[in-house]
Amino acid sequence: MNDGVHDSADRPPMYRRPMPLWWWLQNGAYFRFVVRELTSVFVGFFVVLSILQVRALGQGAEGYAWFVERLGTPVFVVLNSVALIAVLYHAITWFNLTPTIAVIRIGEKRVPGWAIAGAHYVGCAVLSGVVAWILLRN
Amino acid sequence: MAKNPTPFLWTLFGAGGMVSALLFPIHIFLLGLAFPLGWLEGPDYESLHALVTHPATRLYLLVFISLPLFHWAHRFRYTVYDLFQLKQGTQVIAVVCYGAALIGTFAAAYTLWKLA
Repeated sequence: MNDGVHDSADRPPMYRRPMPLWWWLQNGAYFRFVVRELTSVFVGFFVVLSILQVRALGQGAEGYAWFVERLGTPVFVVLNSVALIAVLYHAITWFNLTPTIAVIRIGEKRVPGWAIAGAHYVGCAVLSGVVAWILLRN
Repeated sequence: MAKNPTPFLWTLFGAGGMVSALLFPIHIFLLGLAFPLGWLEGPDYESLHALVTHPATRLYLLVFISLPLFHWAHRFRYTVYDLFQLKQGTQVIAVVCYGAALIGTFAAAYTLWKLA
């Protein structure tokens, strides 16, 4: 990039309309876009938490109980609640975009977008059920 | 690696986005909220320990942790560019983001491997 520099010998400098730092707050679509991208921060948060949970599991029953107790404190409850909302928003926007990325044809016919997105929602429900079944059977 | 790493990084981003969209909501709901707050009764220590030390679960957790890290790295990298309208220093941010994802992957692999 050579902003403010002549991009060729006989042309004036390129003009770039200055944008404020809060450009994404000025318009609903920009805002939703930035929120969608920032859901990744909560994905990162929960990944780190999961690594720590596995580590705690290796520290015996007492160490693990202490870890779970910490998860019940207000700070972690708030963080995990926001993280849950964020990953749900990520999941919905992600599944709704799948028809744009994957064009599937059966013979000559193109599989409609709602079916591709719908299959992802069903897959998510099934996997969630399997995880819940594994963790809840006692 | 190929000369242009973008398609490779995008594939990791896509795979991680899919893993986190499919599995993170239920994991966060159960392990992050329902069990610690006592809404539902989770597995006791012995059975959870037995579950996680099973090789299949270790592999599952490595995928569960690693791919979403690269999803985060990719999205966060471009969000920082966009939010701050960066034209310079973008390479540093890319290295920091993918580097953090790599370190996280190694940390997860080590932790899962060492879990006894």
